[in-house]
Amino acid sequence: MRGRPLLYTQYEDEQALLPSMTRKVMVAVLFAVALTIPFQLIPGLDFLASSGWLILLNRALIFAIGALGLNILVGLAGQVSLGHAFFMGVGAYAAVYLGGEASGSQIGLGLPIWIWLPAAGIAAALVGIIVAPTSVRVRGLYLAIVTLGLVFIGEHIFRNWSSLAGPAELGRVWPALEFRFWKEETALIDFDSDGVWFGIELLKEAKIFFLMLVLAALFTVLAKNLARTRIGRSFAAIRDRDIAAEVMGVADAKAKTQAFAISSFYAGIAGALLASVVGRLPPEQWSLFLSVQFVAIVLIGGAGTVAGVLLGSFFVVLLPRLVENLSGVLAHSAEGDGWFQPIADFFVARSTDDFGLVFLGADGPGLTTDQLNAVLYGLLIALFLIFEPLGLFGIWIRIRNYWKGWPFTY
Amino acid sequence: MDMMFLAQVGSTSTEILISKIVDGLALGAVYALLALGFVIIYKATQVLSFAHGALSAVGAYLVSYFAVVWNIGGRVAGGAPQTIQFFISAIVGIAAAAVVGIVIERLFIRPMIGQPIFSIAMITIGLDIMLRTIGNDFIGQGANRSLGQTSLATGDTIGAPWGLTNFDLGGITIPHSYLATIVVAVFAMVGLALFFRSRTGIAMRATAFDQEAAMAQGISAGRIFALAWGIGAALAAIGGAFAAIPPRNFGVNNFTAFIALRAFPAIILGGLDSIIGAVVGGFAIGLAEVLTGHYLASFTDTIGIGFNTIVPYLLMLLVLVVKPYGLFGTPEIRRV
Repeated sequence: MRGRPLLYTQYEDEQALLPSMTRKVMVAVLFAVALTIPFQLIPGLDFLASSGWLILLNRALIFAIGALGLNILVGLAGQVSLGHAFFMGVGAYAAVYLGGEASGSQIGLGLPIWIWLPAAGIAAALVGIIVAPTSVRVRGLYLAIVTLGLVFIGEHIFRNWSSLAGPAELGRVWPALEFRFWKEETALIDFDSDGVWFGIELLKEAKIFFLMLVLAALFTVLAKNLARTRIGRSFAAIRDRDIAAEVMGVADAKAKTQAFAISSFYAGIAGALLASVVGRLPPEQWSLFLSVQFVAIVLIGGAGTVAGVLLGSFFVVLLPRLVENLSGVLAHSAEGDGWFQPIADFFVARSTDDFGLVFLGADGPGLTTDQLNAVLYGLLIALFLIFEPLGLFGIWIRIRNYWKGWPFTY
Repeated sequence: MDMMFLAQVGSTSTEILISKIVDGLALGAVYALLALGFVIIYKATQVLSFAHGALSAVGAYLVSYFAVVWNIGGRVAGGAPQTIQFFISAIVGIAAAAVVGIVIERLFIRPMIGQPIFSIAMITIGLDIMLRTIGNDFIGQGANRSLGQTSLATGDTIGAPWGLTNFDLGGITIPHSYLATIVVAVFAMVGLALFFRSRTGIAMRATAFDQEAAMAQGISAGRIFALAWGIGAALAAIGGAFAAIPPRNFGVNNFTAFIALRAFPAIILGGLDSIIGAVVGGFAIGLAEVLTGHYLASFTDTIGIGFNTIVPYLLMLLVLVVKPYGLFGTPEIRRV
């Protein structure tokens, strides 16, 4: 059926993870390009191999894992949650209890990664099941506020459980990403220090990048596959019309609990990975802002779509860097004398008594770059939802449809 | 954040209880004002505004700006008592906050009519981040640094006339500002009750009940939406301003916006769409927070420091397990 991508003659074809040859090729190319990033093989992308950019890419991949989980709950099952940060925290602290070293008053068992990483997900899923009875009973906006309450209760527990979470505002050291069979001295695979793999010298960020790429790919496939299983379909039925779903024999409470558990599992894994990669996180990290970031990823990317959520993660994580670079460029133009100078000067305050929306120094008129980030972030969430409710994925669909019919408009 | 300057030396336990109850009622009045704003916006427009925290901080900042920097009260009525002067400035600040609310409604909420409720709620989260950041930039680090006010001793960073003065009723000390909070909140509630009986108020109730039928009767739904946001923002400003005066806090700071987050349990406790519920929920949460803060203070080893700040959420979870639509909320009737 070449040339007629929308014609399916077999049910299996329509249900395939990647239904068309174009998509198969595109995903394969994308994955291959991603794999080459640390080796600087592709001319335009060689700047990404620096450790600073790799750290950001790793963070984006970890956020993608967490956001895929939230997408299952929000996009697939239609249950609104602001409690994702809480479940990430549960996962992270399960990881640090099982994998961390006991020192002083801090507890830790020092177990290897193949125990603490899955356990982080399972612990978060269990907590998800425990809190589900309160969440399953309430609907819509009530649920959003209940899960908001979870974040505050969780933050309180983490902040006060210093033998687990370490001192407030300082936190404790998470286990490094090293693969061991048991507690032997040298790690079998060490992701946490620079070294040589197969004769190629690699930064530790590059090693972590490979690990994260594989994990993110694995969880993407799992998430995409879930949507076509019996469980995934029951989620979609609950989302579309819960009463109709119940009439058809979908157990409402059971499906919602499952959605919470699966979403929390993803969150737990993402939380453990995030903490392990950063190394040391304060208990205040698992706050409402983190939850909002994840909801923003799902909504900016496009709720319910896996590709959109992946795009959204990179967008939200890389946005601060873009804003920083942009204000740097603006500041540079404000100093020069090109045609752009007056516009740039309007935005940038060059000295403490100059007018401008942004000031690059620590303290002066206008916003700092951090504050500009936050403002842009909030503005983008609002504008996206007003102008493109389907998010980045919707923009992609529009571009695709434009070229499909080109040169005709439809 | 919360500083207790109540003299408790030599007080009996009953006297402490009474002053704590007044303290709790004053905090409850702040929550009730914030919760009322939430509920009015929700009832009229079906929007749950997460931007309320930012609105309360911005409103409180505007009040302090007009009272301290511009001193509008002093310019208009120089000879009048300080309380009158403050109220004049405060009304100007509250009106300015209402304008902010109306502008938000027009720019960001109006285009979203008919969209899923959570998309709109998410927009208000975006607005909250934006407003809070810009507001905090004006407020600066610490209490009101940008206003050049450092007079912690008199505690007049927001321009309120009460400072740290107390009523002393033989063992029971009640700060003037607490009483002022309760009185103003009660006035605001009575005012709202009267407003809902007026022509515009009835129009708002009609719109909340059935938008289409209201429009068929010649009510402009858009104007009602703007009005609801204006009233909501004004109530948020009053709540924020009273949360920022001593002895509870010394001026507007970067944490003022977070107080409104604890008003969420209040509206859920009472029910999202119930005005009475917002008031009852607000006072209940305020009392619970202050009383647990005082009476469980000796258990911090087991329950942790700052346990009283999560009591509202625990109370909310407890009520929701029993009544999923809050104490006074309208249950959604579902039949299979």
